[in-house]
Amino acid sequence: MTEEHVKFGKSKVFFDTFERRPGPIKKNMHYCPGCGHGILHKLIAEAIEDQGIQDRTVIIAPVGCAVFSYYYYNCGGISVPHGRAPAVGTGLARALPDDFVISYQGDGDLAAIGLNEFLQAANRGESMSVFFVNNSTYGMTGGQMAPTTLPGQKTVTSPCGRQIENDGYPIKVCEMVNTLAAPVYIERVALTSTAKIMQARKAIRKAVANLKERKGFSLVEILSPCPVNLKMNAKTINAFIDEQMSRYFPLGCFRDEPESKVKHYAIRPVHDPESVKKVLFPPKLNIGVASDFKNQSKIFENERRIKIAGFGGQGILSLGIMLATMGKLRNFNVTWLPSYGPEQRGGSANCSVILSRNLIGSPVIDDNCNLLIAMTQVALDKFMHELKPNGVLVYDSSTMRVPTHIADSHPVFGIKALDIALGLGSLKCANSVIMGALSAILIDRYLEGADKMDFDRAFEEAIIDCFNKKPEVIKLNICAFYEGKKAVRF
Amino acid sequence: MEYLNRLLLKGNEAVVYGALLAGCDAFYGYPITPASEVAHSSAALFPKLNRTFLQAESEISAINMVIGASAAGKRVMTGSSGLGISLKQEAVSYLAAFELPAVIVDIMRGGPGLGNISPEQSDYFQVVKGGGHGAYRCLVFTPESVQEMCDAGYHAFSLCEKYRMPGYILADGVIGQMMESVTLPEPTTYVYDPEWKITNKTNGEANYLTTIYLENDDLERRNHLLQEKYRTVQENEQSAEEFFTEDAELVLVAYGISARIARTAVSRLRQQGWKVGMLRPKMVFPFPERALKKIARSGKTRAFLCIELSPGQMIEDVKLAINCELPVHLAYRLGGNIPSVAEISEKAVAIINAKGGDRA
Ligand SMILES: Cc1ncc(C[n+]2csc(CCOP(=O)(O)OP(=O)(O)O)c2C)c(N)n1
Ligand code: SF4
Ligand SMILES: [Mg+2]
Repeated sequence: MTEEHVKFGKSKVFFDTFERRPGPIKKNMHYCPGCGHGILHKLIAEAIEDQGIQDRTVIIAPVGCAVFSYYYYNCGGISVPHGRAPAVGTGLARALPDDFVISYQGDGDLAAIGLNEFLQAANRGESMSVFFVNNSTYGMTGGQMAPTTLPGQKTVTSPCGRQIENDGYPIKVCEMVNTLAAPVYIERVALTSTAKIMQARKAIRKAVANLKERKGFSLVEILSPCPVNLKMNAKTINAFIDEQMSRYFPLGCFRDEPESKVKHYAIRPVHDPESVKKVLFPPKLNIGVASDFKNQSKIFENERRIKIAGFGGQGILSLGIMLATMGKLRNFNVTWLPSYGPEQRGGSANCSVILSRNLIGSPVIDDNCNLLIAMTQVALDKFMHELKPNGVLVYDSSTMRVPTHIADSHPVFGIKALDIALGLGSLKCANSVIMGALSAILIDRYLEGADKMDFDRAFEEAIIDCFNKKPEVIKLNICAFYEGKKAVRF
Repeated sequence: MEYLNRLLLKGNEAVVYGALLAGCDAFYGYPITPASEVAHSSAALFPKLNRTFLQAESEISAINMVIGASAAGKRVMTGSSGLGISLKQEAVSYLAAFELPAVIVDIMRGGPGLGNISPEQSDYFQVVKGGGHGAYRCLVFTPESVQEMCDAGYHAFSLCEKYRMPGYILADGVIGQMMESVTLPEPTTYVYDPEWKITNKTNGEANYLTTIYLENDDLERRNHLLQEKYRTVQENEQSAEEFFTEDAELVLVAYGISARIARTAVSRLRQQGWKVGMLRPKMVFPFPERALKKIARSGKTRAFLCIELSPGQMIEDVKLAINCELPVHLAYRLGGNIPSVAEISEKAVAIINAKGGDRA
């Protein structure tokens, strides 16, 4: 901020004529005579010009009388939903680390409908400067009460004057923002005299300079006249602002920090394909099979439907993921569908896994289940009916008694999964114990040829795939698997 | 370095992978079940590529941040579930009016009100019919698998950009929560840099975006232009899968998880010799009218059966598409319940046995 002389005439940041304004008037602004918006526009334009940032400035117009600010500024412009300018500004500022974002908002826009967006952006210390026009009313919609309307002040929606009992107190925005850590600069100014306008000009320049210096979030509140809606003339409205508004909303600088406590670093997205792949694509591990590999056993000719059920914390969902991963590694199409939501929180948990060589239809298993793994009695009772007549039941015999009332057609296997897992020092590997048992069962009864050899390898590969970066976990689960395998008796 | 391109992912994760591979620069969102993993995986992955992830203070803020990023010429996405989508609607109307592209993921849950977090498809009206104010449409992708979630995330941006309009990826709790194996597409090499972005100039003047047109005639003209665009989209972008429709007496119509159930029902019924098929809209705006009309006039099909997790929302578009020339039946469940394959099959057989049933 070097130049201190006042410029006369129109700032180059404004258009020469306002061609964007429809209708015949192209020279003047659309604001009423005596309105503060016009003066403020001028001060902002000058500040932008002084900083030499016109070509890189975006001005957000609010919903309110200033909705048309893009008629005047030859800067990037966007006229956004009522109250949301700081949110739009956040999207802009994060996307445009080399540009400068100004949010221009009225008191209804900023302190009523958009208070949350405004405070949150201030609290994040977004890189933007907000010019907050406090004219104590809703100008655009015809003079309704604003969050800044003074106690006792008459408006069309407070015809007897603002009543504290009904409407609460006016909101002191600068004071509120001053409780937040991030903002760097907060000042309240008025436009009622040349001296005050000069102070406003200084504050506005400071806020624009802060933008250029990337200091973070600045707020300038401007007590501004709306003579039309307050039904006053130029003189009486200035007296109103000086004597009444300024008493409730004291002028002055609330904060001027050399830098923000919140530092945003310029984000420059990475798009080069190699870097993208490095982040998103799994590295090629020494696992899996050739793309034309096919397990030969007859059981894989049809869709295989597996339901795993118990309570949360038993590793139910990850047992399903292990099976699905094994399927994926052997070129099957797989689906894994968890029960999700409140059930997860301490209650029951179950998941459905389907393996198929063909396109899988419904991922939901509610019938024709080939294998039910039940880890609790409740789970068994709930899902037994879904099992096909020859479907296999595996249950945890450390928590459940030998199931009765089960048709003879079902092969039934008990395994002390929780006990064995506890013995290994971690309940979490009960699922791998079950997988070990399953290996023994499948190899003994259902797998053929090379598949007998492949199952355990597929399991180990799946564990590596699931826990790629945790060698301890891989070791524990593989150990649990072989313990489970040993423990099955036919 | 050698990579694999096959992963086991949740639908909610796959859509984020797809978006990142399409070059999405930013994600703004607010947590909600069953869509939370969209935010979780975005939070984990976007920063690794120096792209923006921000948990907004509300869905309203998130979608307005999307407006900002899109106006700046960036590829940007948000995600939520029904309640959050309700909150976003004002800004979606603005996006449409601005003609800004953006991708919105809706993982539908049970409603109305807080409802529950189980799957429903009852956001169809608010998403497909323009749930906000004014006459606008959004592109709506309806993936039925985790692979299609990834593909939708990958392809939605370019279609939204082609027509300069917002687009939804409309899925349900099951499609979002389930895992399937996914083949990742190659990262895009396309550099997105639209000339209309607000930091550019046109004829020496800084660009600006607005949605306000005080003169009635101006706003009418503007609306005509938008409607013209929507007609073009309707004409050019219809997308559907046909499954055993050729000789089908009864054609099931379903999207998302309902389509997966319908697929199993059709497969089982075919094995039993019943002539049933399925028409699955891959997008519901534009709605696949042509495919439906063709089936309706094939002379083979006697009736349609819509499967929905809603009391019948998509069915209105089916009836309109075929001008009610054939009976259109409905099978549905609500509240997070999912119709069983058996239920659907029974209903289908009953309709065939009744020779198509009553005209709608
Ligand atoms: C969602 C929404 N609600 C209400 C309105 C109507 N509206 C337009 S301007 C405005 C008040 C603007 O007052 P303020 O922010 O103080 O700006 P001023 O006109 O006083 O400068 C309202 C309520 C709107 N455009 N959008
Ligand atoms: S209504 Fe008030 S704020 Fe709006 S232009 Fe007129 S004087 Fe200015
Ligand atoms: Mg006001």
